[in-house]
Amino acid sequence: MKFDHTHFRQALLRTPFHDRFVELSTTEEWMAWNTYKVPRVVDKLPTEYFAVRSGCAVMDLTPMEKYRISGRGARDYLDRLVTRDISKLKAGRVTYVVWCNDEGKVIDDGTVFQLGENDYRLCAQHHQFDWLLMSARGFDVDIQVETHDVAALAVQGPTSWSVLAAAGISNLEQLKPFGIADLRCGDIPVTVSRTGYTGDLGYELWMDPANALQVWDAIFSVQGQYDIHAMGLSALEMVRIEAGFIMPGFDFNTAEATIRNGYDRSPFEVGLGWVVNLDKGHFTGRKALLAEKSRPAKRRLTKIVVDGNKPVGEAFIYDGKNGKQTGEIKCATWSPILKANLALADIEFINGRLPAQLWARIDYQRELKWHSAWAECHSHSKPFYVPEYRSATPPMRY
Amino acid sequence: MNNYDAIVIGAGHNGLTNAAFLAKAGMRVLVVEKNPYVGGATVSRELHAGWKYSNCSYVCSLFRPEIYNALDLGRHGLKVIPLVSSMTFKQDGDYFGSYSNPNIRRHELMRHSQRDADAAIRFDADVMRWCRLIRGFLLRTPPDPGSFRPRDAFEFAYLMKKFHELSESQLYEFIRFFTMSIAEYLENYFENETILAHYSGGSIIGTGLGVYSPGTAYVLLHHAMGDVDGNVGAWGFARGGMGAVSGALASSFQAYGGEIRTDAEVVNINVSGNRATGVELASGEKLSARVVVSNLDAKRTFTKVMNEKDLPPGLLQRARNFKIRGSSGKLNIALDGMPTFPSLPKDSSLTLGHMHFTDTLGRLEKAYDDWKDDRWSADPYCDTLIPSQYDPSLAPPGKHMMTVFVQYCPVEPEGGWTDEKRDQFGQTVIDQIADYSPDFKDLLLHAEIRTPRELEDEVGLTEGNIFQGELTFDQLMFNRPFPGYAQYRGPVKGMYMCGSSTHPGGGVMGAPGANAAREILRDLKKPDSTPAEFSDD
Amino acid sequence: MTERIDVIIIGAGHNGLVCAAYLAHAGMKVLCLESADSAGGMSASRSISDDYHFPGLAHVAHPLSRAIRQDLKLDKFGYTPGKAIDTVSLDVDGKHLTIGSTGVSGEGLPARDMSAYAEFRERYLAFAKAVRPLFENKPPRLKDMDFPDKTALVRLGWNLRMGLGRESMYEFLRVAAINIYDVLNEAFEDDRLKGAIATDAVMGSAMGPRTPGTVLTWLQRLYGEQSGPLSMQSGQLVNALTQSAEHAGAKLRFGAHVEKILIENGKAFGVELAGGEMLKARIIISNADPRATLTSLVGAPQLDAMFANRVAQIRGSGVVAKLHLALSGKPEFTGLPESQLGDRLLVAPSMKYIEHAFNHSKYNECSGSPVLEITIPSLHDNSLAPDSHHVMSVNVAFVPYELEGGWAEQQSTIAYKVISQLGQYSPNLKSLVVDHEFLTPRDIEAEFHAVHGHWHHGELSIHQSFMMRPLHGAAQYDTPVDGLFLCGAGCHPGGGLTGLPGRNAARRVLGPGGAK
Repeated sequence: MKFDHTHFRQALLRTPFHDRFVELSTTEEWMAWNTYKVPRVVDKLPTEYFAVRSGCAVMDLTPMEKYRISGRGARDYLDRLVTRDISKLKAGRVTYVVWCNDEGKVIDDGTVFQLGENDYRLCAQHHQFDWLLMSARGFDVDIQVETHDVAALAVQGPTSWSVLAAAGISNLEQLKPFGIADLRCGDIPVTVSRTGYTGDLGYELWMDPANALQVWDAIFSVQGQYDIHAMGLSALEMVRIEAGFIMPGFDFNTAEATIRNGYDRSPFEVGLGWVVNLDKGHFTGRKALLAEKSRPAKRRLTKIVVDGNKPVGEAFIYDGKNGKQTGEIKCATWSPILKANLALADIEFINGRLPAQLWARIDYQRELKWHSAWAECHSHSKPFYVPEYRSATPPMRY
Repeated sequence: MNNYDAIVIGAGHNGLTNAAFLAKAGMRVLVVEKNPYVGGATVSRELHAGWKYSNCSYVCSLFRPEIYNALDLGRHGLKVIPLVSSMTFKQDGDYFGSYSNPNIRRHELMRHSQRDADAAIRFDADVMRWCRLIRGFLLRTPPDPGSFRPRDAFEFAYLMKKFHELSESQLYEFIRFFTMSIAEYLENYFENETILAHYSGGSIIGTGLGVYSPGTAYVLLHHAMGDVDGNVGAWGFARGGMGAVSGALASSFQAYGGEIRTDAEVVNINVSGNRATGVELASGEKLSARVVVSNLDAKRTFTKVMNEKDLPPGLLQRARNFKIRGSSGKLNIALDGMPTFPSLPKDSSLTLGHMHFTDTLGRLEKAYDDWKDDRWSADPYCDTLIPSQYDPSLAPPGKHMMTVFVQYCPVEPEGGWTDEKRDQFGQTVIDQIADYSPDFKDLLLHAEIRTPRELEDEVGLTEGNIFQGELTFDQLMFNRPFPGYAQYRGPVKGMYMCGSSTHPGGGVMGAPGANAAREILRDLKKPDSTPAEFSDD
Repeated sequence: MTERIDVIIIGAGHNGLVCAAYLAHAGMKVLCLESADSAGGMSASRSISDDYHFPGLAHVAHPLSRAIRQDLKLDKFGYTPGKAIDTVSLDVDGKHLTIGSTGVSGEGLPARDMSAYAEFRERYLAFAKAVRPLFENKPPRLKDMDFPDKTALVRLGWNLRMGLGRESMYEFLRVAAINIYDVLNEAFEDDRLKGAIATDAVMGSAMGPRTPGTVLTWLQRLYGEQSGPLSMQSGQLVNALTQSAEHAGAKLRFGAHVEKILIENGKAFGVELAGGEMLKARIIISNADPRATLTSLVGAPQLDAMFANRVAQIRGSGVVAKLHLALSGKPEFTGLPESQLGDRLLVAPSMKYIEHAFNHSKYNECSGSPVLEITIPSLHDNSLAPDSHHVMSVNVAFVPYELEGGWAEQQSTIAYKVISQLGQYSPNLKSLVVDHEFLTPRDIEAEFHAVHGHWHHGELSIHQSFMMRPLHGAAQYDTPVDGLFLCGAGCHPGGGLTGLPGRNAARRVLGPGGAK
């Protein structure tokens, strides 16, 4: 990305899809994501939410940080970077990863796309170039920022495959979850991965920014046939909580940006123990994580369902009603599809285990007056919502 | 008649702060000041008709909000307006700007280095961690490592507890930060030459050390740990110039019944029976008081206004050995209009903040090499501001006031200062600015040029050192000004120190004045009128 | 491989030998691998033109501490501290100043300085004595201290507060971290005297007299002084250490260049030599520069990312070159009696002179007026040169590792400049030179595997001292790699021929949590 001297005139960057969002936006609710201007809500939040769960939602992913990692040492490099065993990844496949600092605290999470031999793309929530380069010492690897050079679009929802097929992207039916395929939309080259952050059937499209609007228009050209909605980040927040996905920097503090000692979190503490492979050889944080594993767990980011319908955004969690404070809500949503109050809560363990009885004390407003109520919380080990059709290959045709 | 509870020598901001808290506690307090005006180094002076110069200190950040609040300075007329940016001009016609908008700041970093833009996140978090640690000690009296008293043991325990809140590796990293040079510290984060130079500047301001001298990384905190309304690291302008700070303090002090006498230079602190009894003025007049507080720097206090016979053996030597190292100069300039800087786009906001003209670490270090040989830097580091862009009270409409802080300027060049040499020094600075602003020289109406000689003669700061003594680790905390004298008490009973020579040191902070007041009130068994720190968890 | 090896030590420098000897004396099976053909590293002697022999990179030294001599029975193996030599601060007009263990003398020396010197020396020797618990133990951790850490800290605290007394402790707190420039200006007037002491504070470091932290480097020098006065370094030390180690069962193997430390699951289990031979041991100790050990032998991929970056950021670029001169006769120095020719001669007429020389090195330039430390070893041992011939060994500071314009073109020009500078003090010198060798920091790197040719394997700055030496996470002689330890000058308490890093490392290996 080249900036000239006058970049200060526009504090937020525009994605290649920006003009389309401007046309569609009725709310004018914008927000900053990685210094890009993106919609919080495009038109109506419930519509955008149900587009993901019942139809097809289209979301701009361009601001996501994207790094191209290539060279002879790329695989070894990634293996030393992340906690997961990358040697098992195959070309044309994607895997979810998390990486830690020396102290075994999570710096960020993301996805690794193996695009070819010695050729990977790492997508990350936060700015990672500094850390990626620091990690590159001693490896034969080339790392480039391609955030601004690759436009990305998420197409998610039960009809997403049908929409893409109708829009002219063929040969998609055999693409399995976490698969990648180089396809064409009409005559435009598009890389499609069967990935997403919604927990629903869905695809992510990666393309040259110059072609971005043509791809967008191709998708929306079948709007008459299918119910397609542009979607903002508020709806994404709802569906990602339903799907049980965590967001570093929001649900817990990322290690690099942590000022106060103890405010960062290990993968075990955020429920990502399943992506930590301590037997694969050395990776950054391994020694610290080995040591942590030998001690009783101190805390865990826990999925909870909160009784009732009071919005549970910023509540403390207690060990029993009126008990000792033992945690706090990190993110929460009302789930329209489950008709339940869902949340992720950072909960301190008592004697190495989750307290048996969890209660939230919720402060909520009614007509500008504050009220307070107790609500029992129930921990949940699986994602809250997993539609069965999500992983079917080929997906159900509409 | 001339009997006061306390006499404070020097109406600098710390002297006034100290006096105000003593008066607030019900004491009868007199502040004596040698100059015809109050403020010491926090003044606004009309030295060119129609222009007001903050001719010593020029920006405000470190001043403790607790003191602002406790002395009601807002009602006494103090307004601190946040400053929005800082920047460094490059020799190749480009520049680096540090904007307050985080998105623009990031883009500007990315314009120079993608990696540095990301490393800034790590840098900001680390520096903020050290700021938080040190801020917790600002309004506390340091413990005495030579003492076995419970109070010192308790304060040591507090210190240990605060340090223990860091993780083990953070502890080592802090010690490294405390003992490293700013250049090497920054090189742990940044790669771009201009960015490195830009962020190191704050660490040499007022300091007789170079960017590669160990100990300078810490000085960064004295420019980063202040805040304006909770924005840590932000700087602000006092509306009306820095004189507004001392004006509000004086007004608050007087509202508590305090008395100020200007044109009253103290020549001696009178001591009788190992107890301070009052002061003697240059006029020969003697004033008595139970408590005498010196706002002068430690060297001046012990070598100029105290009698050697009243001092314990060795103390005079320690005062002489106290490291002052004058190293700064200052230009205050009246401008006929706003100078243009062709490197900057017309609508750039960067002239509103700090402007610097030194774009490499090598140039900064060479500026220091000149000073080591008792020359002013041929290519100095200048911290330049034009506060009249915000503050209409400083210059006539359409006209501007520029303040230029210059590092380095020797205490005495070879052969001593003459007015001619002073003007040559000023010309060096003016030429540097003119390199980046072609119309600057044409707009120049008046320039007040201040070398350490002027700063010492007028303000009374030894060697013109703005911090009343170097902020190196050998002179911080319980070592400031000297070990064994870091608790504001002087060598004789009833005598105290409240200047920047005492913990926590320089900058327009007010904390030394408030801390000294707390100790005085404690000795007199009076209720404490000084504020507790705003808890900062 | 039939014989079991407990410990492999990489490098037979004096610290590697001390460490090997201690471990062998404790009953461990030790194999010490040295890439050169003989032991000693920077203290090993070297020759030019076959007939001229030099004591090595380190040409002067204080005796080893009594404790090491006794523990390793070095005296039994022929070790005796050398004859004390004085230091002469040369003056271009011949008004030299002599600093000996008894005091300082010289033409034009103010009487005040004479008495001040005695007082000053006594005070700083007391400081050096007070910090012994810190030097002679592994540096204490600041959290999770073990018992030895706590005892070391308590003893240090006791020495400072009770040993020095309150006033002296205050003075120590004031000067511990400041520069030698201020301290010397406070104490003395004579430029030659200040220049000579400041030289000891900065020699080997990329620091000038005004650099904060140079009182500490000087205290490190004074630490050695407690075991005895400065003398010429000779091969005796290395011989005695080698014999002591071998006598206790340690094996030394020369020409064995370690290329790689073998690691599995975060644990070191052996080394691979150039040529592919693999040797196994449960403990590996490296006497090499920590940067070389961790970056080249271990490799960043086996380390955590931030740690690997911190290793790469260890500061330490050599600024001392070595000039060896083969002379056809005895040089004469203007105004210097022949009886003093065997002393250590310094060209450092003032602190300003040193600071200026240092200034150039900051910008990768070589000062035309470098600081010189000159000895004529053949006056002490006539076997070093043919009859009536002599060898002269000169440390040349501040010569940068990277030279603006490149070393290849300028190496010989700079060597000749130094020789002609020497000629200002010794008019007949130039005519006596039959051969010379000029080792720049680059050559020192190539010959002794010291990264960037730094004597001390890393700058002795405060931020790289004690529990931060060579870096935190590897400051207690252990490393993040289980079973891998460090024992060289890059470790606490740093360089100089003290043997302390080797001894402390051995004790660490033998202590709790060491040889597990």
